[in-house]
Amino acid sequence: MEYVILFLPLIGALLGYVVKVFGDIYSEIVTTLFVSAAAIFSIILFYNGIVYEEYGNYKIYQWIASGKFVVNASINIDPLSSIMLVVVSLVSALVHIYSIGYMSHDPDKPRFMCYLSLFTFAMFTLVVSDNFLQLFFGWEGVGLCSYLLIGFWHKKNSANNAAIKAFIVNRIGDFGFAIGIFLIFIFFGTLNYEEVFTLAPNFSDTEINFLGLEVNLITVTCLFLFIGAMGKSAQFFLHTWLPDAMEGPTPVSALIHAATMVTAGVFLVVRCSPIFEYSQVALNFVAIVGMITALFAASVAMVQNDIKKIIAYSTCSQLGYMFFAAGVGAYHVAIFHLFTHAFFKALLFLGSGSVIHSLNDEQDVRNMGDLWKKMPFTWFAMVVGTLALTGFPFLSGFYSKDAIIEFAFLKGTNVGYVAAGIGIMTAVLTALYSWRLIFKTFHGKFNNKNLSKSEIHESGLTITIPLLLLVVGSIFSGFLFKEFLIGHDYNNFWRDSILILEKFDHSGIPLWLLVITPFFVTILIPVSFFLYIKNTNVLDGIVLKYKSLYNFLLNKWYFDELYNQIIIKPTKFIGSFFWEKGDIKIIDRLGPDGISKIIKIISNKSSKFQSGYIYDYAFIMLIGLSLLLTFFIFYK
Amino acid sequence: MNFPILSAITFIPIIGALFVFLTRSEKDEKNSGAIYISIFTSIVNFFIILFVWYSIDKTTSDFQFIEEYNWISGFIKFKFGIDGISILFILLTAFIIPICIFSCINSIKTRLKEFLIALLVLETFIIGVFCSLDLVIFYLFFEAGLIPMFLIIGIWGGPRKVYSAFKFFLFTLLGSVLMLVAIIAIYWISGTTDITEIYQTGIPSEYQYLLWLAFFSSFAVKLPMWPVHTWLPDAHVEAPTAGSVVLAAILLKMGGYGFIRFSVGMFPVASEYFTPLIFSLSTIAVIYTSLIALMQKDMKKLIAYSSVAHMGYVTIGIFTFNKQGIEGSIVQMFSHGLISAALFLSVGVLYDRTHSRLIKTYGGIVNLMPKYSFLFMIFVLGTLGLPGTSGFVGEFLVLVGVFKVNYLVAILASIGVILAAAYILWLYKRVVFGKMENIQLKKIKDVNLSEAAILGVLSAAVLFFGFYPDPLFQTVNVSVDNLINNYNADIQQNITLKK
Repeated sequence: MEYVILFLPLIGALLGYVVKVFGDIYSEIVTTLFVSAAAIFSIILFYNGIVYEEYGNYKIYQWIASGKFVVNASINIDPLSSIMLVVVSLVSALVHIYSIGYMSHDPDKPRFMCYLSLFTFAMFTLVVSDNFLQLFFGWEGVGLCSYLLIGFWHKKNSANNAAIKAFIVNRIGDFGFAIGIFLIFIFFGTLNYEEVFTLAPNFSDTEINFLGLEVNLITVTCLFLFIGAMGKSAQFFLHTWLPDAMEGPTPVSALIHAATMVTAGVFLVVRCSPIFEYSQVALNFVAIVGMITALFAASVAMVQNDIKKIIAYSTCSQLGYMFFAAGVGAYHVAIFHLFTHAFFKALLFLGSGSVIHSLNDEQDVRNMGDLWKKMPFTWFAMVVGTLALTGFPFLSGFYSKDAIIEFAFLKGTNVGYVAAGIGIMTAVLTALYSWRLIFKTFHGKFNNKNLSKSEIHESGLTITIPLLLLVVGSIFSGFLFKEFLIGHDYNNFWRDSILILEKFDHSGIPLWLLVITPFFVTILIPVSFFLYIKNTNVLDGIVLKYKSLYNFLLNKWYFDELYNQIIIKPTKFIGSFFWEKGDIKIIDRLGPDGISKIIKIISNKSSKFQSGYIYDYAFIMLIGLSLLLTFFIFYK
Repeated sequence: MNFPILSAITFIPIIGALFVFLTRSEKDEKNSGAIYISIFTSIVNFFIILFVWYSIDKTTSDFQFIEEYNWISGFIKFKFGIDGISILFILLTAFIIPICIFSCINSIKTRLKEFLIALLVLETFIIGVFCSLDLVIFYLFFEAGLIPMFLIIGIWGGPRKVYSAFKFFLFTLLGSVLMLVAIIAIYWISGTTDITEIYQTGIPSEYQYLLWLAFFSSFAVKLPMWPVHTWLPDAHVEAPTAGSVVLAAILLKMGGYGFIRFSVGMFPVASEYFTPLIFSLSTIAVIYTSLIALMQKDMKKLIAYSSVAHMGYVTIGIFTFNKQGIEGSIVQMFSHGLISAALFLSVGVLYDRTHSRLIKTYGGIVNLMPKYSFLFMIFVLGTLGLPGTSGFVGEFLVLVGVFKVNYLVAILASIGVILAAAYILWLYKRVVFGKMENIQLKKIKDVNLSEAAILGVLSAAVLFFGFYPDPLFQTVNVSVDNLINNYNADIQQNITLKK
């Protein structure tokens, strides 16, 4: 069954491309069916794992073998990979169904569906890998599919640029990741997880000389691996590609840039927990980057006007939550949040896609408003998604997000306390920007000038059915799986797939910590209704008063401008400089062109000696003779 | 002695060339006789070589299929033999030449017959280089290869063909002259030019340094390494498509092969001594030429510069003297042979249609040329070393190998991987995606059957060796082990001698 799950999406992608000759609808059906089948099998696999403990490692073939560098392509089923398989395949299947409706007017539907299936395959290889190189294969594979899907509308220049940006920023992360892999291979002598993880404790005190610095081996390895995770999961400094990636079609944003690919970084850290646990420095770094990202992205999301960008920054921010959960050592909570987040974030994206679809590709929330009567189901879905995201009591986000804040507090270290504080602050911001989105989109006045209100209608069944299923997931996934994934006996499920050295002590949670976040997110609903609908003057006043802060946030802390100035422009300049000055002016002018020029000059000059006139030769002979005579006279 | 199979694979192309020569044709006429003969010869040769690859004993590092004849008795022997390393290069050559022949049928309009002769003669010389086990014979083939290539650029080239042809010729010749001197010196030192004998007796370490430098000058130009790479972009730009393909896919590899076989094999002590030089030049090459590639306006120049960068990994890998490094660079050379050939052919496809190599001519061709765009994409991915393409396997192993030896070089070289993604994706975007703004492109046609077949075969090879590189590793495994063992033994011996 493992093989079937892994290869179904790949076969679907290839077959979907072939059957396109019979009509677009066949590719849509084939790809959707294959991925849905994979989803059903994944759930069965997950269930079998829990009930019958059917975990195992299956080798497919030997991929690379050069000396000691031996890497297999294999399928490793353990609790972590089985839960990831469920998340990926389930969301992917729903997005496939949704895309049939959403992309119905696009001439390139088959290509789109094949890319989606191919992405699913790459993501599967990533999560079921049993070694770092196959992980890297999937890692780059999902990056490629993300590149292809962001740039799907390849006539739009902005989409192409966003695609390249995504790929290259990810490459920078992968550069760090690759160095992490090199370090592991050089010191551990293997890339197989199991072997590396068993060896890790032996190396916990190993110091190495890295570029002149004495550093702890585990720490430096983890930091480099984490750079890869930062790239893929759009963490602070390497986050700039994610908002731009919203140029891609909305189903792509839901699948790749919310539910699955961007969480691969979190998955990596959790997967490597047996290494990370031995480096407090690296863990703290993970936690701090996570905190900064959570807060930063939430602050930017407050003022964005593009509906998808708001959700993109929200994703960025939630990924920050997952990272600081992992950073304080609560890996299972990080995955729990990844699990619930996949549902409600995919729901939000697909819901916003439904809105965008109905408004003829309008994405600016300022041009929306008062849609809730026209699109009641979408409105309902989005509200559920928002409630779940903000952590409204008893919805999925409530369980996972509060757990993160709790565990951070329980950690009992300074980093833990700060993380808990930032978690609460970010939750407040999250509630504000999420309700802003809802109120601006669905309530207030209808602001669109290009479209009359009567033209707007609810989306079709292929769009609403996936939404409905995600609504169910967003409501119940937290409540149902809480005990099981992060409860007291969490280890019954997780077994050896994650390692937590310091167990958390649940006895000392103060009551105020448990109620503070739900309290805030609940009262913020009427507050935001007041701010964004009833009395907008208050906010306008604030914006006017803090104009520069507003612009700072609106321009995303000026990261794009900064990178353009300090990286892109200098690179281009150096490139031209090397070419025009280095190659042409120096190497060629001093090298071949110079030499040939000198030879030409010399031969021109020397050819003048051969004038053919007797008196020239006679004169030269005379000079020579006299020089010879002089020489003999003076030196003899 | 058994059937002289190495002589056969070496000389079959030149015999084919002879028959092509005998066909009658007018200057600009399409000569179908010549075409059939050359396709037939090159494909038959490819299959024979495939058979040799299959039948070569992969469990021994000894040279096999040895042939020996006296040429000038007591002085020069004509000696052929191959091991796991050379057979891969021979295979690559025999695979690329038929592809070149197919591709030039439509794109070469004048003197097609002579062009085919040049290609076949070139094939003989290149295979000769990889088969030779005698320094003099090696040198002869190595130099002789210049002549057909010089003619290909000089006769069928673009507007600046004469400048480029001479630049190419002079650069390479200059390096090779020093190698000739070194070969003569080796004869006086060890009394033979037989490579196997030299391997056994070894060359006294005090002579190694100068000899190494002399060989280095030749291989460095050929490969090419920074800063003697400037002939390559010019040569590529002016050469016809098939010429560029042979140049990038095979001729450059003679430099890498030379480093493995001669520099490391014969002068281990000097090789170790000069490693810092190689590392710094190669690291500069990787970053410097990648940055230059980023700014190119001409597609062929861009690919040429990217070739220099990729060859930088090869030299870095060889001089790590460990298994991953050397095997990585062999795989990298093999894979670059496929990918660069494919990239030049892809550019050739566009050039045949519009007669422009400038990037800005294009844009938005994906809707009119979907098949082409798809195939081109695979080669782009190979260039940037995406896992699953052959480019990844070589590059990653080289970096693993060098990371064992030197962190800094590994990290700097890894930056090249980021830059590669930048220049090649940017190229792809500007050529294939976007809005179509050039009106002349409106009538552009997608790849025809033969073009699709050529590019399809290459892309299949790139993906095959990306997912299943094992055949390559199995072929070179023992030979590389042997090379490393000999190297380590010599280094040890030298250290004990010094004490």
